[in-house]
Amino acid sequence: MADSTGGATLWQDQLYDLLRRNKITQFAYVPDAGHRILIDRSLADPGAQSVALTTEEEGVALLAGADLGGARGVLLMQSSGTGNCINMLSLIKGGRFPLLTLVSMRGDFGEGNPWQYPMGQAVEPVLRAMGVICLRIEAPEEVVPTVEAACTMVFQGGNAVAVLLTQKLLGAKAF
Amino acid sequence: MASYPQGVDMAAAIAAGFILDRRDAVPVLIGRHEDFLFVTGLAGTARDIAALTRDGAHIYTMAGAMGGAAMIGLGLALARPDKRVLVATGDGELLMNVGALATIAVLNPPNLAIVCVDNGHYGETGYQKSHTSLGVDLEKIASGCGIKRTRTVAHEADLAGGARLLREGNGTAFVVLRVKPDDPPPYKRNLDPAACRIRFRSALLGAQ
Repeated sequence: MADSTGGATLWQDQLYDLLRRNKITQFAYVPDAGHRILIDRSLADPGAQSVALTTEEEGVALLAGADLGGARGVLLMQSSGTGNCINMLSLIKGGRFPLLTLVSMRGDFGEGNPWQYPMGQAVEPVLRAMGVICLRIEAPEEVVPTVEAACTMVFQGGNAVAVLLTQKLLGAKAF
Repeated sequence: MASYPQGVDMAAAIAAGFILDRRDAVPVLIGRHEDFLFVTGLAGTARDIAALTRDGAHIYTMAGAMGGAAMIGLGLALARPDKRVLVATGDGELLMNVGALATIAVLNPPNLAIVCVDNGHYGETGYQKSHTSLGVDLEKIASGCGIKRTRTVAHEADLAGGARLLREGNGTAFVVLRVKPDDPPPYKRNLDPAACRIRFRSALLGAQ
């Protein structure tokens, strides 16, 4: 994949290719700047189904349905969206459905918007309480091996895994 | 005199157009159930479809995670374009995540149909009125979301047309089946969500 804008986007393109190599076809998301490249590539990919959600919990249910049909998916969301998923994760935990979600973090390292802190800081304890394993990524070189490991944990190990793309990795949004 | 669930004002419900008996109307609307993969909501529709199929391996019924049925159906329909997927859910379950209709309308999978068995009440929690008893029209919401094939079935004469809509493959179909607020079939289904997942996948996908 050509990297036209420098190293900042390279890992995101590698990440998309990695997800597709792991037979992921359903990309579910609420639009988010942190996931822009993955979302745009899924929209441009005739082999992928790009599903824009009105709220993140829809994506949790969508991916359970994908699994019932033998397909794989990923839920792309911002940290605030994890709070919208909590009761729907009953379906994942109780049904032992595989679930892969990539969470672009707000309300952590260097955050300037006070509204982002309550949910941002609650992401890990809340997801863990619902049985979701959390893996944090802070450096670009960790992205591919961590998400590769997550795919194995989810689609072979049968777990629910959230990969947290932290603000150390993504940079804090400027206001 | 027929006995009705405690607290239900049946005369008022019937006057408001909630007339059909779900135990008769659901089987007629669906017809040959083997033609569909089913995802159901909680309680009422789970019992409707479990009774119809004898809790078959082609159904996935819920008893929690309220608001998820339509989206599970979407994920399944996108995964299996070769199969017809029917979501059967109640008015309360659908109202909890009504934005799902917008998400589904945008994708418009031709192999997905949604039946909302609308009794205007939260039957499982004691028959409190839902929003559809208070003026909210789910067919108009679905239509406003952009789902083109919508219908409300409120009388026996409407059932055949509704049944046809569920089997047309020209885009996602949405049918409100308006029924009186009376109990669903007393069928005991498997409530283990993991066992039901394995059962469904084994039947559809073979040994994994």
